[in-house]
Amino acid sequence: MDQFTLNLIVVGATFALYFGIAIWARAGSTAEFYAAGGGVHPVLNGMATGADWMSAASFISMAGIIAFGGYDTSAYLMGWTGGYVLLAMLLAPYLRKFGKFTVPEFIGDRFYSGTARVIAVIALLIISITYVIGQMSGVGVAFSRFLEVKASTGLYIGAAIVFAYAVLGGMKGITYTQVAQYVVLIIAYTIPAIFISLNLTGNPIPPLGLFSDATATGTPLLETLNGLLADLGFKSYTAQSDNTLNLFLFTVSLMIGTAGLPHVIVRFFTVPKVADARSSAGWALVFIALLYLTAPAVAAMARVNLINTFFPNGPQNAPLAMADTPEWVDNWTKTGLLKVTDLNGDGMIQYYNDGATKQATALADAKKAGDEAAIAAAQAAFDEAAAAGAAKLAATNPQAASWKGNELTVNNDIMVLANPEIARLPSWVIALVAAGGLAAALSTAAGLLMAISSAVSHDLIKGQINPSISEKGELMAARISMAVAIGVATWLGLNPPGFAAQTVALAFGLAASSIFPALMMGIFSKKVNSTGAIAGMLAGLIATVVYIFLHKGWFFVASTASFSDSAPLFLGIKSTAFGAVGALINFAVAFTVTAMTRPVPANVVSLVESIRVPKGAGAATGH
Amino acid sequence: MADNSSSNAYWKANIQTILIFLVIWFVCSFGFGILLRPMLAGIGIGGTDLGFWFAQQGSILVFLVLIFAYAFRMNKLDREHGVDE
Repeated sequence: MDQFTLNLIVVGATFALYFGIAIWARAGSTAEFYAAGGGVHPVLNGMATGADWMSAASFISMAGIIAFGGYDTSAYLMGWTGGYVLLAMLLAPYLRKFGKFTVPEFIGDRFYSGTARVIAVIALLIISITYVIGQMSGVGVAFSRFLEVKASTGLYIGAAIVFAYAVLGGMKGITYTQVAQYVVLIIAYTIPAIFISLNLTGNPIPPLGLFSDATATGTPLLETLNGLLADLGFKSYTAQSDNTLNLFLFTVSLMIGTAGLPHVIVRFFTVPKVADARSSAGWALVFIALLYLTAPAVAAMARVNLINTFFPNGPQNAPLAMADTPEWVDNWTKTGLLKVTDLNGDGMIQYYNDGATKQATALADAKKAGDEAAIAAAQAAFDEAAAAGAAKLAATNPQAASWKGNELTVNNDIMVLANPEIARLPSWVIALVAAGGLAAALSTAAGLLMAISSAVSHDLIKGQINPSISEKGELMAARISMAVAIGVATWLGLNPPGFAAQTVALAFGLAASSIFPALMMGIFSKKVNSTGAIAGMLAGLIATVVYIFLHKGWFFVASTASFSDSAPLFLGIKSTAFGAVGALINFAVAFTVTAMTRPVPANVVSLVESIRVPKGAGAATGH
Repeated sequence: MADNSSSNAYWKANIQTILIFLVIWFVCSFGFGILLRPMLAGIGIGGTDLGFWFAQQGSILVFLVLIFAYAFRMNKLDREHGVDE
């Protein structure tokens, strides 16, 4: 059986499973559509939260980013797990006690203001749609590979499936489906990692293998990797090259963003008791940690295998010949996410850091624009930079003298999906990874679409615009808003603002700057009033949105960007890390404005007092 | 709802617990993983230093322990102050 057929069978079988569960648990009433009736066990809820949480960004994209970024990208690992500590201690138990369905509902009630609720809805929509864009690009990558089509075609197919899937079932369908998706994605992630760790280090546990000796060289794996990278002019894997302030703020931003993500918080509204909200966060992190502890091993090992593939006899000897490329290179070339160009015409593929990445991009842009003089100038600039890069390398590597620029471009997002093929694992493992990547992307996209639709139908339409809307009308509004969100995300996903994990990181920055501070102040301060909270949320959100748009283009249209992340506007802080600054602005503005305006009414003070103690929490209710 | 004095004492104990746990949380991630990494450079582990291990492995393990320890401690506090469900 060929790989393509096997992919179809494995992916088809897992899809049949998800749809089966969704139909079996089909939502009836609005309460079930949003919150699954409150009867979900903490361990199962933890698994479902894990699937909800671990998206295409975690599964498909993160290890690829770490593979090429090394230590500097540790922020993803610490940030996306450390947020659960904040969630368990600072938010989940109190929001569970509050006992309503949605995050805007809490903000609206605590800050006794419909305006606050609407602003929370707007923040939620901006966060979730940015997040869905990241999912869509991940789904596009996965589908394009296993159906062997272009990335954009893969994106359309993925969008259609997400639509059918999310609109069919509600939260209940999604909770049990997500348990199934978690199981599929964690098996798909760990099995190839175990194989690869055994291959490279002889240790079957990937997180231990990462710090073990490589069997081929007898020196530690990370040292071996650093050696290979140095030979090819790449930066060291384990050393820090990003500035400390940016690394710090990026980690803060991802952590508090995690704790402020509406579609994750809403999970804790549905556990039976306040005590369960705390332990649910713990169980969620157990299931998430299984992947997050494995990811850094996958990353480093994938990088070693990638280099070994293109330099079968080591970087000091002749690289792989064009004629000998393995099948996966040809397959990924079809998706447009991997490119091989024989710049020096020697029939071999030189993969190294030519120090001319910027010039290569400028050349590609010039070729697109089609102006002959500009192309010639860009070509000359590129040749010069590449020659300088090769000359630098040639001092230590005799091969490098004949190199005329890097000949292999690999999109970060393909690393995890291509990993089993690069390591020559059996074909069923490859099919499993395709299924796992899709499970991750679909489960998160569905959870996000739920959050979007409940914000629009429940908080905006029923809560503010038309309180007398029928249950049927509310469900219809929920489904229409899902469809619109998928459409927008697909359109923006065609030209995403970054790799899946980077796009998602932007969504976290937005959550960090808007929702998290409002929730924190709502629970831990009895003083912050409606004007303060509204001003704070607006200031934090607007500052962050503007900073992101200045760097990534207005509404993510890249050509309208005024700055780039390689030369950011403010103190070397990249757009992905700005959420932490936005959160600070939010807190500062809220406290200042509160001090100048009227104090909080007594009934709200007693609301805050009541959410602080677990006693007397009933089931979640709509009103 | 429990009477005010009891829930005030409960809230104080909760805040104190949170602060202690947040210090550990901060030191093991932002501290050992980023800011204090140069100080840990001398302690080698598998081809790199302890700071790298904390950034990519250790911090996550500490987070796990913290959440369950917090849940355990709070369940006890809930009972002691008579505010459990």
